[in-house]
Amino acid sequence: MSLQQEVELLRNIPLFAKIDASKLKLLAFTSERLTYSPEDVVFEQGDSGDAAYIIIGGEADVIIDTPGGPLVVATLKQNEIVGEIAILCDVPRTATVRAKSQLTTLRISKDLFFNLIVEFPEIAVEIMRELAHRLEQTTARLREAVAKSQS
Amino acid sequence: MESSIFKYILRYSLRQQIVLLFVIIAFYPFLFVTLDLPKIIVNRAIRSDGAAPPFDVPLFGFEIPLDVTQLTYLMILSFAYLALVFITGGFKYYISVYKGRLGERLLRRLRYQLYSRILRFPTPHFKKVSQGEVIPMVTAEVEPLGGFIGIAYADPLFFGGQLLLIVGYILMQDWVLGLAAAGMIPIQGYIIPKLQKRVNALGKQRVQNVRRLSDHLGESISGISEIHAHDTSFYELSRFANRLGAIYDIRYDIYRRKFFIKFLNNFIDKLTPFFFFSIGGYLVIQGDLTVGALVAVLNAYKELASPWKELLSWYQQKEDVRIKYEQVIEQFEPQGMLDEELQIAEPEGPPPIRGDLVLSNIGLADEDGVRTLDAVSLTTSTTAHTAFVGDGGSGKTELGAVLARLVRPTSGTIKFGGSDLSNLPESVTGRRIAYVNASPYLQAASIGDNILYGLKHRSLRPANQDSAEHVTDLEEAVTTGNSPYDYHSDWVDYEEAGVEDLNGLQHRLIEILQIVDMDDEVYRFGLRGVIDPERQPETAELIMSARAALRGRLSDPAVAQLIEPFDIETYNSNASVAENILFGLPIGNAFDLENLADSAYMQVVLDKVNLSADFLDMGTQVAQTMLELFAGLPPGHEFFEQFSFIESDDLPEFQAILGRAARGPEGLTVEDRRRLVSLPFKLIRARHRLDLIDDQMMPRILEARRVFAEGLPEDLREAIAFFDADAYNPAATLQDNILFGKVSYGQAQAEAKVGKLISEVVDELELRETVTAAGLDFQAGNGGARLSQGQRQKLAIARCLIRRPDMLILNEASANLDALSQNTVMENILRDCEGRGVLWILNRVSDAKYFSKTVVLKSGRIVETGSFDELSTADGEFQSLLSAG
Repeated sequence: MSLQQEVELLRNIPLFAKIDASKLKLLAFTSERLTYSPEDVVFEQGDSGDAAYIIIGGEADVIIDTPGGPLVVATLKQNEIVGEIAILCDVPRTATVRAKSQLTTLRISKDLFFNLIVEFPEIAVEIMRELAHRLEQTTARLREAVAKSQS
Repeated sequence: MESSIFKYILRYSLRQQIVLLFVIIAFYPFLFVTLDLPKIIVNRAIRSDGAAPPFDVPLFGFEIPLDVTQLTYLMILSFAYLALVFITGGFKYYISVYKGRLGERLLRRLRYQLYSRILRFPTPHFKKVSQGEVIPMVTAEVEPLGGFIGIAYADPLFFGGQLLLIVGYILMQDWVLGLAAAGMIPIQGYIIPKLQKRVNALGKQRVQNVRRLSDHLGESISGISEIHAHDTSFYELSRFANRLGAIYDIRYDIYRRKFFIKFLNNFIDKLTPFFFFSIGGYLVIQGDLTVGALVAVLNAYKELASPWKELLSWYQQKEDVRIKYEQVIEQFEPQGMLDEELQIAEPEGPPPIRGDLVLSNIGLADEDGVRTLDAVSLTTSTTAHTAFVGDGGSGKTELGAVLARLVRPTSGTIKFGGSDLSNLPESVTGRRIAYVNASPYLQAASIGDNILYGLKHRSLRPANQDSAEHVTDLEEAVTTGNSPYDYHSDWVDYEEAGVEDLNGLQHRLIEILQIVDMDDEVYRFGLRGVIDPERQPETAELIMSARAALRGRLSDPAVAQLIEPFDIETYNSNASVAENILFGLPIGNAFDLENLADSAYMQVVLDKVNLSADFLDMGTQVAQTMLELFAGLPPGHEFFEQFSFIESDDLPEFQAILGRAARGPEGLTVEDRRRLVSLPFKLIRARHRLDLIDDQMMPRILEARRVFAEGLPEDLREAIAFFDADAYNPAATLQDNILFGKVSYGQAQAEAKVGKLISEVVDELELRETVTAAGLDFQAGNGGARLSQGQRQKLAIARCLIRRPDMLILNEASANLDALSQNTVMENILRDCEGRGVLWILNRVSDAKYFSKTVVLKSGRIVETGSFDELSTADGEFQSLLSAG
């Protein structure tokens, strides 16, 4: 895939929709496009985080270690971003991400990621929205779980 | 050592000095005749008064009649003069060369003796002397001695004799003139030593100051990180300037005095001709002296100047050298030096140490009398594993050094199996006992050689070269009292290592690497290493089999997407354009990948396949893209280094170049073109995705690859190792030879997966040992600087283990390893040394559990002894050390 095609592809990701073309080109040029075979691990829970990933194609499972064994908590689809928590808060990876099918990701290094947020408030807002969305989901689940354990 | 340089010279070169003497004496008659002949020619042969034969030739008082014409007579004398010039010249040449060789031999002997003394210095002495002082003594300071040794006795004799001869000759001609010529000599002889004395004292100071200077230099180099960390550059600079100033003052003073002496000499020299002209001229006018005689006297006086000058310079040199010799020698006679006998003694097959290790009343005090060990008495079996523990001031480290005889106890004795440690030659202590401390030193050699260093005690098998030159070299070494052992021969003691031959040794080396938990690291060094396939054809062949095995796996699509193999017929998208054209690896700088565009031959190739214009075009596009992408970034942003083809500093320049390019290709200068054309060489199609290397371009680059290889001129053949699927590439690492391709971009964890794949292939073919063996060639760097501290420590232990010592002393020797590795290594070593003695000074008290016996030290005394279980349950020092962690 050429750089130009990649720029087009990035433009279709909601997160980057409002960024101007030259920045998208820089993003495409400096971020690595990685292909994973099914079952390949993108990153492991507990590792230190140095990059965030945007799913360009395929699906990936988000798995957390529980006392009862690994548990798939979500499945990521195209255009979703993953791994940003570890680089935002400087904590180890909170979950393992594993390719469910043939998977393609765009790996955005920590520095580039911060660069983007600082330079483009739109991206920051978009990421906030994403994080808030996830928090809302998690809270809902917690509520469910608490309700279940009480009953 | 001899107290004066003259004694030293006589002791080692008496015979040569006598030979020199005789040659010089034999030279005198010729010199005399050479002086006399001009007078005969002028007085007897060059005459216009028509003298008739026979003409006489006076020779040492005899008159030899010659029945020839005057012209023939003149010719005979002239040619005789010419012949004499030849003979005296020959003599001078022979004498100079003889003196030179004599000097060099003695200098070689002296340096060798000094070095051998350094090796016998008591180890604590090295705390007092600094490298910076000792090194210039052996290298620079003794250098002028070499020049002087040859002339020490010969020159005063040679030139002094010449001087006397000439003065005598002049006296024979006319005693008044003779007195005039010689009269000044006593005056000079009196004044000059007086003046010289002060110069000598200054010379002494100069030597000391220069030593301090080099000491300061050495200190700054060793402590460079401290200087930077504390911003003390200016302090150091000013300290250095201060020393330079001191040296300057001394030197300036020396120069002034030296040249004053010269001035005085010159003046006196020129005073004498004044007497000749005035008195000699008067005598000639009076008819008391012939013109011929005056000419001869003047001639002789001219001859006088040179020996006199030489004598003076000899005298000055003598004083200089005398001081240097004395100053060097006094530094090389420290107290408590190891007896030379103990250094060189070679008992028949050093006997193994059996029986008990007995320490009785060992005491150790430093120069200030502070006792670090006090009445330490201990008996332990030389087959037992004993641990020593204690806190920092317990004296345990000192005890370790005492046990290895690196430090001599101030009182008490140590007996190893009945023999007194202090009387054992080094050939016993250095072979039956092994010692390693917390900061071992590695040689600037390969890992393998560093381990084998412990086996190189004596030359065991002769080298394979017995060329005449080699034999003379060895003979020369013996003549000068140097080591008779051939450095190039095989020194490795296989028997000591317990192996039969080289193969067994290699096996054992790898076994020992496993013991010290370093085999994986060396294996990785091996993969990154380069071998010479001509010297190691078997290894190359085995690596080729691994390449074939890996190639076989490419049919698996999961593997195929990780590696893009090299193929002469296809463009490799994961390699740069430069690599694609070369299709090989550069050897040397001719085809350096970074500057390939500058290669004249590469330009010829591009022209031949009509790519020059395209490359210029591509370069322009790359530059445009780079400007577009990176122009907005602040300079120094990491992206420049990681991704850009152009450095941030060069961006404005490329902007200007692009501006000129917009006006058409004519607007570009040669330099512009060079810079633009160099850009596409760095393009990697799969990584940069700039769409410049498209389906049309790839076949053209392949064409360039073909043309490049076909037309390669003879003189550049050696500058490249082409990729060949069926041949080992000598310029590539073992890993790249197995891989024979590029790891694909964009495949997650491709590097790790490929590494694992190679590891699998290597294990499948049982090549791990071969690769590890190649890793043994990894160069450790200066003092082992290319290795981590832990690795250095492991190698130092390996160096001990390969010797299978009767007694292994480890002085906190695993302190730099990580905790996990420390456990493994300790258990492995103790297992390997089963049945042999181990004394381990522990840095972690809890490790005592691995030992049958533990000795607890406190303030230089043994306070507890027992097994781990006994000690850890009893309430005592060990307990408190253990609980302190």
